[in-house]
Amino acid sequence: MVDNAWIAAALVAARPQALSALLRYFRDLDTAEEAFQEASLRAIRTWPDKGPPRDTVAWLIFVGRNCGIDAIRKVRNNVALPSEERLSDTGDTEADVVERLDGSHYRDDILRLLFVCCHPDLPANQQIALALRIVAGLPLRQIARAFLVSETAMEQRITRAKARISANPVPFDPPDADDRLQRLGVVAMMLYLVFNEGYSRGHSDPDAAQLCDEAIRLSRLLLRLFPTEPEIMGLLALMLLQHARNGARTGDEGQIVLLEDQDRSLWDGPMLAEGRALVEKALRHQAPGTYQVQAAIAAQHARAKQAADTDWGAIDRLYQTLEMLQPSPVVTLNRAVAVSKAYGPMAALALVTPLGDRLDGYFHYHGVRGGLLLQLGDKHGAREAFNRAIALASSPAEAAHIRLHLDRLGTLPALPPATMAK
Amino acid sequence: MLYAVLCYNDENAVATWTKEEDDAVMARLGKVEDAMKAKGKLGPVARLLPTTSATTLRKNSGEPLIIDGPFAETKEQFLGFYTVDCDSLDEAIQFAKDLAVANPGLGSYEIRPVAVFHPSELG
Repeated sequence: MVDNAWIAAALVAARPQALSALLRYFRDLDTAEEAFQEASLRAIRTWPDKGPPRDTVAWLIFVGRNCGIDAIRKVRNNVALPSEERLSDTGDTEADVVERLDGSHYRDDILRLLFVCCHPDLPANQQIALALRIVAGLPLRQIARAFLVSETAMEQRITRAKARISANPVPFDPPDADDRLQRLGVVAMMLYLVFNEGYSRGHSDPDAAQLCDEAIRLSRLLLRLFPTEPEIMGLLALMLLQHARNGARTGDEGQIVLLEDQDRSLWDGPMLAEGRALVEKALRHQAPGTYQVQAAIAAQHARAKQAADTDWGAIDRLYQTLEMLQPSPVVTLNRAVAVSKAYGPMAALALVTPLGDRLDGYFHYHGVRGGLLLQLGDKHGAREAFNRAIALASSPAEAAHIRLHLDRLGTLPALPPATMAK
Repeated sequence: MLYAVLCYNDENAVATWTKEEDDAVMARLGKVEDAMKAKGKLGPVARLLPTTSATTLRKNSGEPLIIDGPFAETKEQFLGFYTVDCDSLDEAIQFAKDLAVANPGLGSYEIRPVAVFHPSELG
């Protein structure tokens, strides 16, 4: 009763664990990938008849290791072999592999594999591409489509990234506690970049949505490895709470639907429930971090049955916490939106105005400012701000959204100067 | 006899299902449920969120300890349950077999007689 779709799913699930163990063994990414590939092919050939092994990961590591050793033997005459010490852990038997998998040892393997993709020599877009290719195992074609580049270009990008990594490799010694925590932070950020890459383009684009799915899947894996880390709970929660709204973020004609206008029945209930559960769990640790606080903000939106039920005061307080943890004009801008809902546009504009110097080139700054000026009755100022926003829009949907405001502006009666709340 | 059918599977593998695959599995399991429901034999059913979202209260002497987890060292996690009213163990086993056929994943189904049962007020 094992069909090929199920085997494919099992291989995808086993990939990070198996590949990271093979990387530890061979200490070379290409060799490890080829070994995993060969083991997967054998799985597809033998599992349908024999049935899957009890422990698919251990099977893939064991078979992959033998395949890799065979491959190295074949090229022995042409290529210098890594020394026997470099092919470390030769004492491992199959039983030992299984034991390692059951213990917490392999946690460092997977973290290393993810961390390798976050090499500081790599620009963010190469980190993301590499993680999707190596850790998630997405086909090149799909990654290329998600990044809107040709397959050849993506292949070059990944080849270059791998070359940079092997020129300056990540040490294979087990990390100490400080290193581990630092790696975890870097990996978390990379996964959030993957998510954001998908989310920002997201809406109804299935290739972009796949990036979100992969980021969520890898974050789940990370949380299983570090089940008591509140920031990893926060990271996964944040992704789930945002992704749960995906079905409601775009209208029939591809236009952006703002949070307050979204049909909340289109939100994914179980995903929201999981996100909210994780936020509550994380906050119990009383060790707030940026992912947790952002997730807590998303959870505030998730718990409101309708937009009018949103507790904007609570959201304002959470943004204040976020401002302390991660001072940034963009955070303040977001807080201003909450402030405008809780305390009115005047209070919000007071927060927004000082940001002008730093956010003058930022689409959302002008969009928010225009919205606030409009609420205060300053039609002229609003029009100016919206025009600036349109000039800075990064997508047709963003521009269309602002244009909608401008169109509405055209039909609003001008307020008499006396009521201008200036 | 009232039985609980407890479903164990590798949540790691289940998490890799796409939305479409997951929906397809749930639809197939729904048919197995419906057959039981039609006979008036189906009690409460629940699917649980991943263990990473769980919290455990451990009571020793003194103040109970609230911890994250369970930390599953095992390959399979408790992912959900059915309650069914069956005339025999064979019938309960058959129900579990039908579930196993409907679900392409591996895993195991623990068929466990129920001692005390309070019907739900949640509907």
